Amino acid sequence: MTKTVTDVVCPFCGTLCDDLEVVVSDDGKQLTEVYNACVIGTEKFLHSQAKDRVTRPRLRQEDGSWKEISYDDAAEYTAQMLAKAKKPLMYGWSSTNCEAQSVGHEIAEMVGACVDNTAAVCHGTTLIAVQDIGIPSCTLGEIKNRADRILFWGCNPAHAHPRHMSRYSIYPRGFFTGKGQKSRKMIVVDPRVTDTAKLADVHLQVEQGRDYELLNAIRVALNNEWLPDVVAGIPAQKIREVADICKSGRFGIIFFGMGVTQTLSKNHNIDEAIALTKHLNEFTKFSIMPMRGHYNVTGSGEVLAWQFGFPYSVDLSRGFARYNPGDTSTIDLLARGEVDAMFTLGSDPGAHFPISCVKQIAKLPSVCIDPHQTPTSGVSKLHVPVAFCGVEVGGNAYRMDNVPIDMRKVVDPPAGMLTDEEFLIKVRDRVKQLKGAA
Amino acid sequence: MAEYIIKNGHVFDPLQGIKGDKADVAIKDGKIVKDNQVSSKAKTIDAKGKTVMAGAIEIHAHIAGPKVNIGRIYRPEDKLFTYTPKKGNIRMAGGTSIPTTFKTGYEYAKMGYTTAMEAAMPPLFSRHVHEEIRDTPIIDEGAFPVFGNNWFVMEYLKNNEIENTSAYCAWLLRATKGYAIKLVNPGGTEAWAWGLNCLSVNDPVPYFDITPAEIIKGLIEANEYLGLPHSIHIHPNNLGNPGNYTTTLDTLKLAEGYKAKNKFGRDQVMHLTHTQFHSYGGDNWANFESKSKEIMDYVNKTKNITIDTGNVTLDETTTMTADGPFEHHLTELNHLKWANVDVELETAAGVVPYIYSPDIKVCAIQWAIGLELALMAKDASRCFITTDHPNAGPFTRYPRVIKWLMSAKAREAQIKAFKNSDKVIAATHIAGMDREISLYELAQMTRAGPAKSLGLASMCGGLKPGMDADVVVYDFSPDKPVANPDQIEAAFSRAAHVFKSGVEVVTNGEVVNNGNKRTIWVNAKVKENPQVMRDIQEKFLKYYSVSQANYEALGHHFIPNPYAIEVDASQ
Repeated sequence: MTKTVTDVVCPFCGTLCDDLEVVVSDDGKQLTEVYNACVIGTEKFLHSQAKDRVTRPRLRQEDGSWKEISYDDAAEYTAQMLAKAKKPLMYGWSSTNCEAQSVGHEIAEMVGACVDNTAAVCHGTTLIAVQDIGIPSCTLGEIKNRADRILFWGCNPAHAHPRHMSRYSIYPRGFFTGKGQKSRKMIVVDPRVTDTAKLADVHLQVEQGRDYELLNAIRVALNNEWLPDVVAGIPAQKIREVADICKSGRFGIIFFGMGVTQTLSKNHNIDEAIALTKHLNEFTKFSIMPMRGHYNVTGSGEVLAWQFGFPYSVDLSRGFARYNPGDTSTIDLLARGEVDAMFTLGSDPGAHFPISCVKQIAKLPSVCIDPHQTPTSGVSKLHVPVAFCGVEVGGNAYRMDNVPIDMRKVVDPPAGMLTDEEFLIKVRDRVKQLKGAA
Repeated sequence: MAEYIIKNGHVFDPLQGIKGDKADVAIKDGKIVKDNQVSSKAKTIDAKGKTVMAGAIEIHAHIAGPKVNIGRIYRPEDKLFTYTPKKGNIRMAGGTSIPTTFKTGYEYAKMGYTTAMEAAMPPLFSRHVHEEIRDTPIIDEGAFPVFGNNWFVMEYLKNNEIENTSAYCAWLLRATKGYAIKLVNPGGTEAWAWGLNCLSVNDPVPYFDITPAEIIKGLIEANEYLGLPHSIHIHPNNLGNPGNYTTTLDTLKLAEGYKAKNKFGRDQVMHLTHTQFHSYGGDNWANFESKSKEIMDYVNKTKNITIDTGNVTLDETTTMTADGPFEHHLTELNHLKWANVDVELETAAGVVPYIYSPDIKVCAIQWAIGLELALMAKDASRCFITTDHPNAGPFTRYPRVIKWLMSAKAREAQIKAFKNSDKVIAATHIAGMDREISLYELAQMTRAGPAKSLGLASMCGGLKPGMDADVVVYDFSPDKPVANPDQIEAAFSRAAHVFKSGVEVVTNGEVVNNGNKRTIWVNAKVKENPQVMRDIQEKFLKYYSVSQANYEALGHHFIPNPYAIEVDASQ
C-alpha cells in the first residue's frame, strides 16, 4: 500500500509551487511518485531516493581519498575551523529553511563571519537597485487575478521557472482575468529566441547588453518624445507600440532575471526598470518582480535583514554588522584572498563561481554541507551530507514574491542522517563552548 | 523563580487609583502579590525617591513583518553608526527607524515597555510576522491582521451578513494567530490595486460596490458579535491630506449607537489610531492648519471611542502603511524611494522614507497637532501616546514626547527653535497651552488606558496582586521640581529596573536578560458555518496563489510561546 501526501511544497525554484502530490510507501521511507511538479521539481524529489547517496560525513585524507566520520566528529571539525578562523566566510543559505539560517546566523555572530547568500551572484544587483530607488511590487496572486500586461525581461521561465506561467502569470483564469491567456498581452525582451519568447505577443530582440538603453527608450516613448530610428536594435516604431501596450493595460508587471541583473550595467539596468515601473504608475497600475532562483534565497535575505539589517553580503567580523557589496561580498572576498575558512551550505559555488575563486576554496580549510555530491563538496575538506530540505524535513521558505510557505516533510531521511538545522545546532553548541560565551 | 520586593517607591497605578503614594510592590512566580506574600529571601529593590509603574503597553507600532523588513532591506543607511556588538547572551543590534528585531525588543524594554502590538499584519504574510515576533526578545507581542480591504469581508458586508463576516474574522484570526480586527483605509487599498483610492467614507469601492462606511459599521458589528478583547482598530480614509478632519469626524460618527459587548472590561467600540495624521484643516499645504480641537471636542464627549496620538518627533524616519495609495502620493511629494506590495484578496502596503524637518512648516504643525491631541484629552485613559512607529517617528523617541507633554517649558523651547515659528503658532493651538501631563495621567496614557482598550486590563497595565509582574522603576522623583526638562527624557529613556513576568530584564538602563516573551493571540469560537467554510475553500481553489492547507501559521517555529485568549461566540 502507498499513501499520497497532498499540498506538498516544491523545494526547487523561487516559484515555490505548493500543490504537489507525492506518493510514498506505507512506512514513510520510500518516495515513489510525484504529481503536479515540473520535470526539475520531480527530479529533486526522486533524487533523494538515489541508491548511491552519501549518508555520512566524509573527511578528505592526505592522499585525496574520503574517510567516513561521525556527525559528532564533523561538528567538531566545523566548530574548530570556524572558531579558529579570523575571518571565515559562511556562504550559501539559499537551499535550506529559515530555521537553519537562523542557527547559522547565531554561529556567524559568535565567530565573526562574513555571511552571504547566492544573491551575491544573482539578484544582489537587484537589491542594490532597490536600495537606490525602491520597488513597487505585488504578490503572484495579484498577477493571476488582475494582470493583463506581462513583460518577461532577461528571463526564461519556460526553462528556469517551468510552472510560473501556468500557475501565476500567463495562463491562469483569475478573478478579473476570466479569459486567462486571452486576457493578457505578453511581451518578452531577450536577445535570444527562447522558448518563452516564442510564446510572446511581442518579442523585442534587444541587442546584447543594451537593456538600459531600451528601458530608457520606453520611458521616452511613454512621454511621446523624440526617439532615434533604432534603439538597442529595436525600431522606434516597435518601442512606441510596446509603450502603448503597457499604458493601455489595467494592471501590468515586469518579471526580470539574470539577463539584466548580471549583464553590462548590472544594477543600473534594474534602476531603470524600476524607474520605468514607477513611471507607468502615472498612467495605470504596474509592478515589477525579480525571478528569484533558489527556492529560499528570498528567505535568506529576509532573515538576514530582520536579524542584522542587510539582505546579503553581511560582514560580522568586526563584532557588528557591515554591508558593502564589492567589499563584503563573497566573490570579492575570495578573489582578494581575504577569508581564511570557507563554510558552504545550501549552494554550489564550485559549479558557479569564477575558477580563481573555486581554487581559493580548495586552498582553504573548508566544509560543505549539502545532500548532494557537488563540485563544491569535491573541493572541500569536509563534506557533510544532510537530509533534503522540503523532502525529508519541513521548514519555512519565502517565495519570489516574499510570501512565506511552510514546507512539508514527505519521507524519512536515510537512518541516522541529520538535517541542516540539527547539524548546525551541534556546531553552534560546540562553538559556544570554544568561544567561552555564557 | 526569584522573588522581589520593590520598596518605598512612588507608585502610580490608575487601575487601583494610586497617585504617587509610597508603597511596596512584591513579585513572586511571575505575578504581583501582596507584600506579605513574599518570603524573607525576596530580593529588595530600593526605590526611594523613584517612580514605580506597571510595564508600558504599545498599542500601535509597525515592528514586525514584511513592510518593516522591506524597510530594513532597502535602507542600509538607517543602520549607519547605530550598531552595538554582541555581549554575552545579548545579540548584536542596530538600526534607527527600522531597528533589527533584537534591537526592537531591547529598546522597548529599556524604556519600560513590556507589551507591544504590531499594528498591521497582512494575513498571507502572517508567518513572516510571527518569525520576526519570535526573534524580538523580552516583550509580549500580538499582531492585528488587516480586514478593511478583504474580499470576503466586502462580499459579506455588501449583503449585510454580519454572522458570516464574524465567522470569517474568527477563522482568519485563528489562521494567522492574530489579535484584533484592523482596518486600514477601508476600501481605498482595494481601489489602489487599480491605482485608485477612496478619500471619503462614501466613495464606492471599485467593483465591490460597497462604501468604506458600510465596511466600518459592518466590522464594528462583527467585532461586538464576537466579543473580542479589542475593538476595531481603524486607520481611516484620507490620511495625511489637508482638510481631512471632516473625513475623520465622519468615521468617528459611524460608531454612534454601538455599545461594547465583551467580557474583558473594554468600553469602546472603535479605536482611532495615529489621530494626528487625521486632524488637518485647510485645503492645501499653504493654509494647512490644526483641527485638533474639532477632533478632541468630539472624542471628549463620546465615550465609546479611544484614540492614540501618532506624535511627530521631528526625525528622519521610514513611513510604512497598508494604505498603499497614500505611500504613492507621498513618494510623488518627496521623491524618495518607494516600495509597494499589493497582496492578493487582502490588502497592500507601501514604504517611503521621510524627513520631518523642524525647518518645514507643515512638519512643525504636525508636531504641534500630535501634542495638542494629548493635551486636550479630558480623559487620559482614552487617549494613548504613540508615534505610529516608525511613521511619525521612531518609538525610541517616546521619552522625548513625554518630555514635551510633561513640560510647557520644553514645548516653548521647541516652538522657538522652528524656522517658521510664527506661521506654526498661527496655524495651531500649541503656543497657548499650559497643561502639563502628570505622572498619573502618563500612567493612564501608556499603561492602564491601552490595557483596557486592548482588553488586557486583568493581565497587564496595572499593579494589582494577581496580575503579570510587569513592573518598571524609573529614576525620577515626583517630589522634586524638574529643573531641566531633559531630566524627564533621560529618566524615561533608561529605566532603573524593568521586570517582565517577574524576570528582571533591565538593570540601570541595560538589558540583562532576554526574558521569556509570549505571542498573544485571540482564539474566537463561533457556531459551525458551512457556507463560510465553503467560500474560503472556493477562494483558495480559484484565486489565491497558495493552497488552503498551506495558509495557516502553525507550529513551534512560528509561535514558540503562545498565549491564547479564548472567546466564545458560539452561543
